[in-house]
Amino acid sequence: MKILVCISNVPDTTSKITFSNDNTIFNTTGVQFIVNPYDEIALSKAIALTEGGKGSITVINVGEATTEPTIRKALATGADNAVRVNAFPRDSWFVAKQIAHFADGKDFDLILLGRESIDYNGNQVASLVGELLNIPSISIAKKIDITENTAIVEREIEGGKEIINVSLPIIVGTAEGVAEPRIPNMRGIMSARTKPLEVVEPIDVPLLVKVVQYEIPPSRGAVTLVDASSPEKLVELLHTQARVI
Amino acid sequence: MSVLVFVENIEGKFKKSAFEVVSYAKTIANTLNQKLTAISIGDVSDTALESLGKYGANKILNVNSEKLKSFINQAYASIITQAAKQEEATIIVLSNSFSGKGLAPRIAAKMEAGLADGAVGLPEINENNFRIKKTAFSGKAFALTELTSVIKVIALNPNSFELRDEITTPEITTFEADLHSQDFNTIVKEIVRTTDKISLPDAEIVVSGGRGLKGPENWGIIEDLANALGAATACSKPVSDAGWRPHEEHVGQTGIAVSPNLYIAIGISGAIQHLAGVSSSKTIVVINKDPEAPFFKVADYGIVGDAFEIVPKITSAIKALKES
Ligand SMILES: Cc1cc2nc3c(=O)[nH]c(=O)nc-3n(C[C@H](O)[C@H](O)[C@H](O)COP(=O)(O)OP(=O)(O)OC[C@H]3O[C@@H](n4cnc5c(N)ncnc54)[C@H](O)[C@@H]3O)c2cc1C
Repeated sequence: MKILVCISNVPDTTSKITFSNDNTIFNTTGVQFIVNPYDEIALSKAIALTEGGKGSITVINVGEATTEPTIRKALATGADNAVRVNAFPRDSWFVAKQIAHFADGKDFDLILLGRESIDYNGNQVASLVGELLNIPSISIAKKIDITENTAIVEREIEGGKEIINVSLPIIVGTAEGVAEPRIPNMRGIMSARTKPLEVVEPIDVPLLVKVVQYEIPPSRGAVTLVDASSPEKLVELLHTQARVI
Repeated sequence: MSVLVFVENIEGKFKKSAFEVVSYAKTIANTLNQKLTAISIGDVSDTALESLGKYGANKILNVNSEKLKSFINQAYASIITQAAKQEEATIIVLSNSFSGKGLAPRIAAKMEAGLADGAVGLPEINENNFRIKKTAFSGKAFALTELTSVIKVIALNPNSFELRDEITTPEITTFEADLHSQDFNTIVKEIVRTTDKISLPDAEIVVSGGRGLKGPENWGIIEDLANALGAATACSKPVSDAGWRPHEEHVGQTGIAVSPNLYIAIGISGAIQHLAGVSSSKTIVVINKDPEAPFFKVADYGIVGDAFEIVPKITSAIKALKES
């Protein structure tokens, strides 16, 4: 099985998010970057599916040269080779166009990626690439089982789950539960240095959306503490003051 | 020109998030002096369709087909795109629900449209630009996003728009889309519904438990409180990682992001990754025995104390309130 895993380079989950230039630019000073946690799930699933010589894994990242440590980490975890599309990942449409352009005609059986990136939370790339390549897409999968040429995918829905039967090739966004997380071992780290990492130039993509400004959510006022001996007071406040119950 | 809204049904019924998108799309249509067309796919009764008139739908395109009763992403995307063309819609609105998340980008790609996913408010519209606020950095920030394309797709987050009544008598017509076999690549084998539970992403009240509850056997107090409030239950990541609760209850930066009217956190410390997914809740209540727990810094109300003692008392007080 030939698998493509898309990974994005995102701020570490503990990062405090700040902006500069009148809140127009995300401030990366002092921010640690990591493989998007959902993409790690995708990669872990790909490794589980190809283990024992049952296939190959290519990872693709759209990013500038600074993302190479993240790509090397994916190689150390278990991908066979990597491609970096040399461009700032401007928006989901731009990224999806690059991925689809790369994947087109390469006969990947399966394209996996995280359900969303934890920075822009677009949740778009799986469906955009699916549409561009004219293959089925499942944007949030909780379970993926593959036998031969068909996949059974469990998808989250409001108040339950849906079980889908679909023939490969497909593109799937992975959520928690899809695979046991993998971490690089010593051998992986050593071999990652010599695994192929190809750099390709981006294709032109017309601009459809742009962020004009960021905003930090307003902070709440001070907390109103209710004494532990009278919890019913809390219920009263929620009813009469906050009016939420 | 018109605004097109896709209204999603669950087993033939519309839920609040469906009315939210209609009301939201109507507000945009009014601003632009356009009519609002709604499209429904699946098996929905005329009475249910007419209920969309309460929030201003002028026209309803009904695609009633056995084959389309369950969600088929590619087919739905084709239908909505064709409807948008017929209606000359330049703005397409849908809910940022689980299905909506898969659908919106496919429609956007078909139409080369800019997409605002996770929109949390009405667009600012003037002659030169169309801007919309959406969540970013997993709830740690908002991004004011400009859609520069001619066609625009908006996926509205549940619970982020207050319904506005605007009574209309919608004209209901059948819509026949041109579909191909490749639109039906996915087959829904089974739908498993946890019917006794309120769905987390669009719940108005969420009761959430953390590691402070010590073990899955203690979840009774969380469930009792949730039942008394008609709330959905949620949990922190370590709780679902340990298998105490299912993954779909995990909220936070790497779980579900929620924005209910009321979020009650019990025995949860308030780590930055947890807060990212819940901080847009309107009112936050924290119950934690540690007065230094970081969650208190972002809470509206709090009780410092033992959850096992406090929570059952809150549940009784709520039951008493509901009875009075
Ligand atoms: C990459 C990454 C992603 C992550 N994503 C998420 C995410 O999406 N969501 C998430 O939740 N976490 C996430 N985390 C984990 C996060 O950092 C915290 O570890 C986690 O939120 C802590 O869960 P908790 O509050 O339940 O447990 P703890 O931090 O252990 O807190 C338990 C709390 O319970 C209180 N307590 C104990 N006993 C009682 C009692 N009897 N009564 C009342 N209070 C009591 C304690 O005072 C304490 O504050 C992520 C971490 C990483 C590294």
